[in-house]
Amino acid sequence: MFTYDFMQNAWLAATFIAITTGIVGVFVTARGMSFLAHTLSEVGFAGAAFAVFVAIRPLDGMLLFTILASLTVGKLSVKQSRREASISAVSSVFIGLGILFLSLSNESSSYATTILFGSIIGISRQDVWQLVALAAGVLLTMGFGYRKLAFDSFDAVGARAQGVRGNWISIYFLLILAISVSIGAQIVGSLLVFILLTLPPSVAKYLGRTLPQMLVISVAAGLIGVWAGLALGYLTNWPVTFFIAAIEFVFYFIALGVHRLRD
Amino acid sequence: MTAPLLTVDHLSFGFRDRPLYEDLSFTLPRGSMTSLIGANGVGKTTLVRLLMGELQPNAGTITFTADMKLGYVPQFRNIDSEFPLTIASFVQLNQLGHGFPWHTKREKVALHQALAQTHLLERRNLAMGRASGGEKQKAYLAQALLTQPNFLILDEATASLDVNTKEELMGLVKELNETLGLTVLFVTHDLGLAKAYTDQYLLLTPGHYEMRATDQMDIATMPDELKSGEEEEAAH
Ligand SMILES: Nc1ncnc2c1ncn2[C@@H]1O[C@H](COP(=O)(O)OP(=O)(O)OP(=O)(O)O)[C@@H](O)[C@H]1O
Ligand SMILES: [Mg+2]
Repeated sequence: MFTYDFMQNAWLAATFIAITTGIVGVFVTARGMSFLAHTLSEVGFAGAAFAVFVAIRPLDGMLLFTILASLTVGKLSVKQSRREASISAVSSVFIGLGILFLSLSNESSSYATTILFGSIIGISRQDVWQLVALAAGVLLTMGFGYRKLAFDSFDAVGARAQGVRGNWISIYFLLILAISVSIGAQIVGSLLVFILLTLPPSVAKYLGRTLPQMLVISVAAGLIGVWAGLALGYLTNWPVTFFIAAIEFVFYFIALGVHRLRD
Repeated sequence: MTAPLLTVDHLSFGFRDRPLYEDLSFTLPRGSMTSLIGANGVGKTTLVRLLMGELQPNAGTITFTADMKLGYVPQFRNIDSEFPLTIASFVQLNQLGHGFPWHTKREKVALHQALAQTHLLERRNLAMGRASGGEKQKAYLAQALLTQPNFLILDEATASLDVNTKEELMGLVKELNETLGLTVLFVTHDLGLAKAYTDQYLLLTPGHYEMRATDQMDIATMPDELKSGEEEEAAH
């Protein structure tokens, strides 16, 4: 199956996406931001629709919208208590916009399906390089700021007590999350990208006991899911996204079971 | 005699609609253990925030010696029962070092030391979510000790603990105070603990304060709302 260019592209993209979402996802769960990850997926849909409307590439549209949306959420709600309400408010506006742009641009509904559910055939070599560059950028900056991000994500109160400033870290992480959602959506679609950002990290949360362990488990669960999903999709012609979702779901329940058994 | 680690001089502070202290003056000698006592809402945590420079006094000054290094254990933490990290990994979060994921040899030694000082070595691989209240408090303490402070502020560290665990934690703090020469400010409304484990106390009551050696503390004359402290804390 690697003789096909599109499969090579998909494989390369999926690998980088799984690594990035696996790592970023661990912090998403630790920070209690799964809900925002979910919402940003929907915002990504609006961004892609906008991209079609103004004739730029879908990934660029997604980046634009998810970054704008996450910064808006950050601005509205550094306080946890206000977060859910402002996320809902922001997401409703963006989904409305997505529908508007899609209808304005007269694109067929099959295009909407592609954005929402992903399409591996749609990924060009150029897209792949952009994905890899973005993923590398995200991972590198996370490497530099790792300790502060870890402290703030796992023990925000302790971090504040030790003089770590939380606001900048929050904004920085919102940016990283927006980029991760946008690149993740390229393979599984914007509707299901939050799967990669929440399920492998949940597996890691149930099985891992140190942060490095959690990162390794999360990345492994993500990689196995996308690799197996691609292979099964290729063999059966069923949607790759379906397989990825199913595999991650199974991993999640196995991990949950193991976690319960340890009690 | 060496200069006190902390000198508070004619401090006044209040929130817009709520005056808290007027003309508060006291010192914390080096190596001393002081309780900060007062009823709920009297302004203990607020005083700690003033000491940390998070809030600015309306009048008066707060002066530390130049070498003061603070370790602060805040009053509330949100560690739920599914919190995944082990006690050791949790404590280690406070090592910011070079910022990269890997830890240096020296950092590992410091971690080991902080765990040893808080008697957590044997429990270090237990998930924080499953640790008991006492173990969690010790972990918070270990985390604050990791940066090798010479001044430790504990805000209601014993509030949710049973009697034996309280005694154990206080014994531990006392040990740190004696072996490392740490100056300790212990925020509480438990008069018994204050009297048994600390040298002096600062009692805050609305509009007044009192700074005395604990051996002069007469529990009978203390404000009523503090006397029932035992039952109140158990209910937390
Ligand atoms: N940021 C704030 N703005 C306005 N009022 C505040 C603020 N923070 C605290 N207060 C008020 O100041 C008073 C003192 O609060 P503080 O938290 O210092 O009490 P405390 O002595 O630590 O109480 P507890 O024993 O319950 O911890 C309370 O009445 C509180 O409502
Ligand atoms: Mg308080």
